[in-house]
Amino acid sequence: MDFTFTEDQLLFQDSVRDFLANEVTPERVRASWESDSGRDDVLWAQLAELGLTGMTVAEEHGGLGMNELDFVLLAQECGYVALPEPLVHTALVAVPLLQQVGGDLAARWLPKIAAGEAKVIVGIAQNMLVEDAHVADLLLLEDGDKLVAATQEQVTLRHNASVDPSRRLYAVELGAGATTVAAGEEARCLVAGALNRGALGAAAQALGLAQRMVDISVQYTSERQQFGKPIGSFQAVKHHMANVAVRLEYAKAPVHRAAYAVAHNQEIASHAVSHAKLVACEAANLAAKNSIQVHGAMGYTWEVDLHIYMKKAWALANTWGDAGLHKTRVAGRIFAEGAALGAGATFG
Amino acid sequence: MDLAYTDQQKAFREEIRAWLAANVPAEPLQTFDTEEGFKQHRAWEAKLNEGRWGMVTWPEELGGRGCDLIEWLVFEEEYYKARAPLRVNQNGIFLLGPTLMEYGTDEQKARILPKMATGEEVWAQGWSEPNAGSDMAAIRSTARLEGDKYIINGQKTWSTRAVWADWCFGMFRTDPDSERHRGLTFILVPLDSPGITVRPIPQLDGLPGFAEIFFDNVEVAVQNRLGDEGAGWSVAMATAGFERGLMLRSPARFQETAKRLVQLYVENRESADRDPSVRDAVIRSYLDAESYCLTTYQTACRLNKGGKIGAESSTNKIFWSELDQNMHGTAMSILGARAELLPHAPDAVGVGTWLDGWLFAQSGPIYAGTNEVQRNIIAERMLGMPR
Ligand SMILES: Cc1cc2nc3c(=O)[nH]c(=O)nc-3n(C[C@H](O)[C@H](O)[C@H](O)COP(=O)(O)OP(=O)(O)OC[C@H]3O[C@@H](n4cnc5c(N)ncnc54)[C@H](O)[C@@H]3O)c2cc1C
Repeated sequence: MDFTFTEDQLLFQDSVRDFLANEVTPERVRASWESDSGRDDVLWAQLAELGLTGMTVAEEHGGLGMNELDFVLLAQECGYVALPEPLVHTALVAVPLLQQVGGDLAARWLPKIAAGEAKVIVGIAQNMLVEDAHVADLLLLEDGDKLVAATQEQVTLRHNASVDPSRRLYAVELGAGATTVAAGEEARCLVAGALNRGALGAAAQALGLAQRMVDISVQYTSERQQFGKPIGSFQAVKHHMANVAVRLEYAKAPVHRAAYAVAHNQEIASHAVSHAKLVACEAANLAAKNSIQVHGAMGYTWEVDLHIYMKKAWALANTWGDAGLHKTRVAGRIFAEGAALGAGATFG
Repeated sequence: MDLAYTDQQKAFREEIRAWLAANVPAEPLQTFDTEEGFKQHRAWEAKLNEGRWGMVTWPEELGGRGCDLIEWLVFEEEYYKARAPLRVNQNGIFLLGPTLMEYGTDEQKARILPKMATGEEVWAQGWSEPNAGSDMAAIRSTARLEGDKYIINGQKTWSTRAVWADWCFGMFRTDPDSERHRGLTFILVPLDSPGITVRPIPQLDGLPGFAEIFFDNVEVAVQNRLGDEGAGWSVAMATAGFERGLMLRSPARFQETAKRLVQLYVENRESADRDPSVRDAVIRSYLDAESYCLTTYQTACRLNKGGKIGAESSTNKIFWSELDQNMHGTAMSILGARAELLPHAPDAVGVGTWLDGWLFAQSGPIYAGTNEVQRNIIAERMLGMPR
């Protein structure tokens, strides 16, 4: 039993954290809001150079051959800076899906993803809309009981604006020419896997977002003075933040366990992901609620950076399965006859 | 990361499981808040110790098994699954024991630990005073050194299991001119010393689960001082640190409650679902109990590898005490009109021990440092907010 990350995993996290702190500043996120595509090719090339776009791509296809567990701490860091680029999507959803599909499609696209030359975006019915469909060189879409591959020429996109200006969402209408990648049971399994990995990515980012909101709030309340003192010295303010810290502290291990379960294809993976998604998004939502409160009117403005993180947290809570979906999955497991519950059952 | 038990850990689990299956009394013991129940629990401690299962985390030369934290978690899982008796001497085994190993003299360890292990000497804690609750540094009870004895005067209160315990440990003011954290000394006091009066205090369930202790010129040999004179605060913080940390409430306890809650819900689903919030509360409880388990394992693995535990451990107390309240509150909702009935009431069918648990859950956010005090610690020491 070893529930710790390796030295290498932690070092990689540190270096990615440093990189993102320098490059993905709030100013740069805001700049993306103003640009047409909302995406930054220079940044994407940098991410590719660091090996991040190809992190989960197999070595034979020019990647680093790492798995979901290796990536989960990096996904937290992406959340911490509210990275607009589809990196978590690429590493956790698109690449594993392509790898499962295999064959020519994988051989053709994976090296390009690793090199930062192409983006592959996955759309599943559960998400209603497809984030970043406009920058996709290839779309993998759930279409009824099929999984199809389509290029930009084979689809029509309808933009939907999100509360989070970083998120570029599209309704995708399939035109002629799309090819079927899988059908029936096979397609269902692939889509289910994508949902789990997407939810894992959202959960990990939610941890980072929650931490960022706490950090911003601690700093603000240490500086802002009222009644002749920093407002952070008032207990009501402290306890708002302590409550977030408690929920956040206990949401981390479930996310890490979910990453492990997905990486090792464990039977418990779907359940573990639902658990992780629920508690991590709940922590992030609490962080948003309490952080805006301790900012007073400042928190209600466009100018203060808090909303960059708050809005992403709100959006993530309902993507890759909303609470209703994930609670239903948990309920299905724990209320089933003969369910393995209680002390000693956690690790099977 | 490797989330599987080793063969050694699995074998350890089998061993304790087999021992418990053969030894846990078929009939639950009476509560240790009664004289008879206290005796029964004392005898159970002796039995545990015979099997060398009493203090698995203690070193082997002291009758333990030198278990690491993962083995301790496994032990606890089997212990709660087997519904084995609660530990009447937990203050001794989990709090004073480790503190003695760190700060005690060889003479103290040799004199005190073996009898603690057998349950021959059961320990109570004496920190709180009428005017020193959350503000423990306001302690006023005094200990005056005269020759080789301390003369103790004053009053302690809320001392759990002190009614039938043999000893208490706590802090006393040895420097009459001192204030706050300074001038306090950690002293061990035999509760049968002349000049001591123990007055039982009935708790919410009407039973004397804690007591006031009055000290009237009580003489205690200086050999019963733990650590240096005036160093009581730092010794006590080590004890409270253990308490706040992992050992006080292991996940297994809450996971078993969560399991029973799920079962109660499933058995009463039709009536329970009339209130749609119940199902959600059951799901949340179950997940929180799992989160508590996962987080504890992650922390234990980190500590096993030489990591440290800091102010974030204050989140622990809040998390489990609120979880415990939520779980029992949800069970009360499911039981509906039956929830208020005492278990021996003739029509109290299927109420189990939920009412008792509900009452006790009310104390979780209060004892071992109130949750408000824990929140202050989290904000100031973990998050770095201004004082
Ligand atoms: C079941 C049970 C068993 C116990 N066993 C023992 C024992 O064995 N030995 C022992 O010594 N003691 C024991 N205690 C006592 C326990 O440690 C105290 O109750 C606890 O420290 C709180 O002190 P108090 O009761 O005086 O409450 P108070 O300190 O008077 O607090 C009352 C309320 O005010 C709040 N408050 C106080 N100060 C602050 C602050 N600075 N900021 C915010 N809020 C604050 C508290 O959080 C609480 O909500 C036990 C208590 C219980 C309930």
